[in-house]
Amino acid sequence: MSAVEQTQEPLVRIRGLRKSFGANLVLDGIDLDVREGEVTVLLGPSGSGKSTLLRSINHLEKPDAGFVEVGGEIIGYRHHGSRLHELGHRTITRQRAAVGMVFQQFNLFPHLTVLENIIEAPVAVRGLTRKSAAVQARELLERVGLDGRESAYPRQLSGGQQQRVAIARALAMEPRLLLFDEPTSALDPELVGEVLAVMRDLALSGMTMIVVTHEIGFAREVADSVVFLDGGRVIESGAPADVLDNPGHDRARAFLAAVL
Amino acid sequence: MSSPDTSARTAVAPEPPPPVTDDRPLHQRPEDGQLLAAKLVPLRRPGQWISALALLVLLAMFVHTLLTNKRFQWDVVGSYFLNGSIVNGLVLTLWLTAAVMATGYLLGIGVAVMRLSGNPVLRSVSFGFVWLVRSVPPLVQLLFWYELASLYPQLSLGIPFGHEFAMVRTAHLFSGILAAFVGLTLDVAAFASEIVRGGILSVEHGQTEAAEALGLGRARIFRRIVLPQAMPAIIPATGNLLIGMLKATSIVSVIAVQDLLYSSQLIYNQNYLIIPLLLVATLWYIILTTLLSIGQFFVERHYARGSRRGGSGGTGFWQLFRGNIPLFGASGANGAAGGRSGRELAGLS
Repeated sequence: MSAVEQTQEPLVRIRGLRKSFGANLVLDGIDLDVREGEVTVLLGPSGSGKSTLLRSINHLEKPDAGFVEVGGEIIGYRHHGSRLHELGHRTITRQRAAVGMVFQQFNLFPHLTVLENIIEAPVAVRGLTRKSAAVQARELLERVGLDGRESAYPRQLSGGQQQRVAIARALAMEPRLLLFDEPTSALDPELVGEVLAVMRDLALSGMTMIVVTHEIGFAREVADSVVFLDGGRVIESGAPADVLDNPGHDRARAFLAAVL
Repeated sequence: MSSPDTSARTAVAPEPPPPVTDDRPLHQRPEDGQLLAAKLVPLRRPGQWISALALLVLLAMFVHTLLTNKRFQWDVVGSYFLNGSIVNGLVLTLWLTAAVMATGYLLGIGVAVMRLSGNPVLRSVSFGFVWLVRSVPPLVQLLFWYELASLYPQLSLGIPFGHEFAMVRTAHLFSGILAAFVGLTLDVAAFASEIVRGGILSVEHGQTEAAEALGLGRARIFRRIVLPQAMPAIIPATGNLLIGMLKATSIVSVIAVQDLLYSSQLIYNQNYLIIPLLLVATLWYIILTTLLSIGQFFVERHYARGSRRGGSGGTGFWQLFRGNIPLFGASGANGAAGGRSGRELAGLS
C-alpha cells in the first residue's frame, strides 16, 4: 500500500486481546493493526484462535481483557474513567452494522429468498425502502455473478452460489470492513474458485478485509499482510512473501509445509 | 389405475414362488441379456391380504350397526343437529377455544423467551410456572379458579403493599366463563411455551449470529429470522394442542358453562334422549376437528417455504388426502399422485 496510507491511523486496532473458554486459553494477548483498504489473511493450525479473533472484532465473542477498536471506536465497550463499561444492545448493534461478516456455513436465512436475504438488514437497519434496497441488491447480485437468481431460495443454490449471496448480503450494509471466517472450507473443491474470485474483486475495489482461510494461494496473491497465529499468539506477521516463503518460526514452517 | 398396476395384480395368482436359492452350477449362469429381459416379480405378502380383509370385515360390521341399530335414533340426531341451544353452545365452544389458544400462545411465547433468557430469575420463574401448571389437572385448576372467591373474597388493583386504586368482589368477577378462560389459558400457556421453546431450539445458532452480524436488533431477529424457522417444528404440535383444547373445553360443563357438550346435556336431562344428543355433540366435534386439520395442512405448507419439502412443487391437499385414503383415492385417474400410501396399496399384491 502507498506511503500516504501507511501514516494513517489503522482502521482496526487490536491490543492485548485475551479470551478463554473455561480453562482453555484461546487468545493470549493479540496485537494487530489493519489499515483501511488492506487485506489481512489470518493463518494458523486449527485451535490457534483465528476464528475467535475474527469473531471478537464484531463482538460475537466478548474479550476477557484487551480491546478491539474499529474506526477509532472501541467495540462493545465505552471508556469512562478507569473502566470499560459494556455497551447496550442498541449501540453494539449499530457497531456491528458497520462490520460485515461471511461465515463458513454461509448462514443464509433459508426461509427467505435471495433478494429477501439481502434486503432484510438494509431495510431494517439502514432505513432504506424495500424498493431502493432491491435495486441495490440486484446490483450486488450482478457483482457476485448471480443476477437473475433473486427469487431462488438458498437451498436451490450450490454452496458456492450461497456463499456469494452471503457476500452480497454483507455488502448490502455498506460495511467499512468485511470479515471472512473460512469462507471456502465448506465448499466442494470445484466451487472454491468462484468464491475466491469474488473476494479478489472485492480486494481490488479497495474493501478492507480480514480473512481466515487455508487458501495459501489466495493469501500470496491478494493479501497485503499475512498474520500467523499459534496457541493464541501472533508468531509471525508481515508481507505474504516474507511470511509464506521465509517463515522464521518453526511452527509456521511446519504448518506451511503441511498445507502447501 | 393403468396397466402397470393391473400387471402387478395378475402376479398375485397363487402359483408357487420360484425357488429363492440358486443351486445351478456357476457355468450355467444366465446371459446378461436374459436377466435384462426378465420381468421383475414383487415378493408376495399374503399377510397383508389377510389383515386387510379382516379389517374390512370389521369396518363393514361397524357401518352396518351404525345404520341398522334403531337405538342410535339418527332421526332425533338430525332434528337436534341445528337446535338453537346446540348452536349457541357450539359458538361458545368455538370462541372459548379461539380466545384460550390466542391468549395462551401469547403468554406461552413470553414464558418460552423467559426460559431461554440469560436471567436466572426469569428462567427459574418460567420453569416453575410450567412445572406447576403441568402438574395440576386442568379440571382441578378450573375448579380452583371457580372457587377463587372463597380464597380471596375481594380483588384490588394498587401498588404492592401500598395504596389501592380499585377493588372488586371476586364472586362478581369470576363467573364460570372467566374461570374457564383463565384456567384453560394458563394450561395452554404452559404447554405452548414448551412447544415454542422446542421450536426455537431447533433453529441453528448460526442464524442468530448471521443476523447479529448484519446489525439486526434482537426483537427483529426473533420475529423475522428465528420464529419463522421455528414454525415448522411448532405447527404440528400446535395443531395437536388446538384440537385437544377444542375438545378439552368440554370440561367447562362441570362449572355450568354452556358449551357444546353442556348444551346437549341440558337437553337430554329433560328428554332422556342421551345417545342421540351425545351423537349431535360428537358429530360437531368431528366436523370442527376435520376443518382444523385441513387448516393445519395449509399453514404447514406456508411455512415449508424454502425447505426441501416445501416450495411450489409440494404436494397439494387433495393429493395428500388421496394418499392417506387409498381405498377411495387410488382408483382416480392419476394414481401416481397418491403418494407413498397409494403405491403401497398397489404393492399389496
